[in-house]
Amino acid sequence: MTAAPVLSVDNLSVEFRTRAGIVRALEHVGFDIGRGEMVAIVGESGSGKSVTAYTVMGILDPAGRVSGGTATFGGLDLLTAPEAALRDIRGREMSMIFQNPRVALNPIRRVGDQIADVLLQHGGVTRAEAPKRAVEMLARVRIPDPERRARAYPFELSGGMCQRIMIAIALSCAPRLLIADEPTTGLDVTTQAAIMDLIAELGSAQGMATLLITHDLGMAAEYCDRIVVMHAGHIVEAAPTAELFRHPRHPYTAKLIAATPRPTASLAELAAIPGGLPDLRQAEIPPCRYIARCERRLARCDQALPRVLGDGPDSVVACWNPL
Amino acid sequence: MTAPDDTPPFSQPLLDVQSLHKQFPVGRKAGLIDRIRGAAQPPSLLHAVDDVTFTIARGETMGLVGESGCGKSTLVRLLTRLLDLTDGSIRLDGIEIGQMPAKGFGNSPFRPRIQMVFQDATDSLNPRFTAAAAIADPIQRLKPLPRAALKARVEELAAMCGLPAELLGRFPHQLSGGQKARVGIARAIAVEPDLLILDEPTAALDVSVQVVILQLLQDLKQRLGMSYLFVSHDLNVVRLLCDRVMVMYLGRIVETGPAEEVFRNPQHPYTRALLSAIPHFEPGTRKDGHGAPRLRIAGEPRSPIDPSPKVCRFHGRCPKGNVACEQSMPLLHAVGPGHSVACHFPGDDRPEANDPMEKVA
Repeated sequence: MTAAPVLSVDNLSVEFRTRAGIVRALEHVGFDIGRGEMVAIVGESGSGKSVTAYTVMGILDPAGRVSGGTATFGGLDLLTAPEAALRDIRGREMSMIFQNPRVALNPIRRVGDQIADVLLQHGGVTRAEAPKRAVEMLARVRIPDPERRARAYPFELSGGMCQRIMIAIALSCAPRLLIADEPTTGLDVTTQAAIMDLIAELGSAQGMATLLITHDLGMAAEYCDRIVVMHAGHIVEAAPTAELFRHPRHPYTAKLIAATPRPTASLAELAAIPGGLPDLRQAEIPPCRYIARCERRLARCDQALPRVLGDGPDSVVACWNPL
Repeated sequence: MTAPDDTPPFSQPLLDVQSLHKQFPVGRKAGLIDRIRGAAQPPSLLHAVDDVTFTIARGETMGLVGESGCGKSTLVRLLTRLLDLTDGSIRLDGIEIGQMPAKGFGNSPFRPRIQMVFQDATDSLNPRFTAAAAIADPIQRLKPLPRAALKARVEELAAMCGLPAELLGRFPHQLSGGQKARVGIARAIAVEPDLLILDEPTAALDVSVQVVILQLLQDLKQRLGMSYLFVSHDLNVVRLLCDRVMVMYLGRIVETGPAEEVFRNPQHPYTRALLSAIPHFEPGTRKDGHGAPRLRIAGEPRSPIDPSPKVCRFHGRCPKGNVACEQSMPLLHAVGPGHSVACHFPGDDRPEANDPMEKVA
């Protein structure tokens, strides 16, 4: 990466207060995304992928608290910025696509109006122009017959269409950063491919940085420049995509790749990952949260987690005994 | 599993489905004024399942793929006899079960023989039933056992499905996704079905758990000699588990054949698009343009309401459709051993590579 990154997350820690005690959901999470880059965060459910995205967007659940670190976006620390400044940035300079478009859209407003709302709020568009611009946005996300569809309600559209509307809303102000939280979960494979193609295309056309949150390693492999692997609130490995697949360094990454169905492996060749995520409510969690599932652990694995440089300058592994 | 000759790899079909149709009336019913005016028209019909014919042999796994709205779920509900069919026949072991009304099928002796594992283990388990009660429920309803034997049977089933006995007293919200999936499977196999219908059984699971569940299903099938109908849109998963696959589009089967053959040599443009859409797990394939360019289909499917019997259902989205596709709907025809396709221009992407008249004839 040559220029300054669009988003730089450093040493981010987030904890949740629950009745059962404090859950340290994220610990020392850090990564950068450059202009025009697509970076994936992959991991099992409960690994902290979405919490990372929500923290960056400033929409963390009230029970959550940022206990340390920074998230720098355009010279501003998103974690300490006043709410008014954030509201100005969100929607215009950074926006987010959510997992379930039907739930994220307002069910009782026409989709064209929902796009116009964003344009009026952030896009510096006049009230007279907004509907026309909304139709243009629908055309850009390849919705056939955009004039008619602008007058539709979300329930009248298919899941793939609703996700296109979400993308149109998210991209209407040409943001510099897009966070896509599992944007294709629950969609058909053909629709899934079309949506991902669209995000990638519009992203590279505008030089937009994209953070893709997904559990699908195959999709991350296909679309992303770099992959960040999370496990139980820690980043265990981060590397350029080709390097990560050619030579996974962290034992968890290797297991995750081995467990994912792919065109070249038979069922017997796929290996499950033994064990589950540790209970993060415990007072004492070992420094390496993968230790209980790890087959390569050494005596010194109970010491503070190392950050080993990987094969390339952009890759890191948090492991005492990497592959 | 490609058979060298025309004999299917499995003999004696367990399930034999012939020309199955299901139509739903849609739209406004003719009111009094319409009738007085004489303007009443026959109701429009949504053709959810249209002329579907296939067999599943004993011990065979058949995959069913297609996008949402293609009629997969309706077909499954017809086969599980939760829904009455419009026309056609469903035979289990040679006995016609398609004509039995769905309402009374729950008490029929055939009910235990066809069971189902539902997509979402969380939603399909009763939140007020413990794991043990959920597994015991179908046994009590269909094959009652005395109390002690029932308890032993539930424990045996849990062990078979890899569910630790100490979790049997827990409620669904106290179980993980993988454990709930195991309860769902244990409950479905409790009455020893011949045919198990699996509706996206791993869609909600993490990859780490998905593999274990798929391996469990494979293992159970071999141990218990069941046949599976495996419904999924994850083709990477279908390929792992299935002997044969059927690809469904707008209520019709557009391609069917041995799984390996269909994946290696897809003939229908829709199948090709489906296969092209799955992530191929090769880093950067999309970006640097290595390999074949991805085949994408544009647009939305045609309306399933009162479809023209002459037009190919895929016409309009098909990259190579032409006038022939508007004049006669292609029917399934053999293109290889056990491999059939419903397309005038199967195979290669270039339309000129095929002579349409040859294929029609």
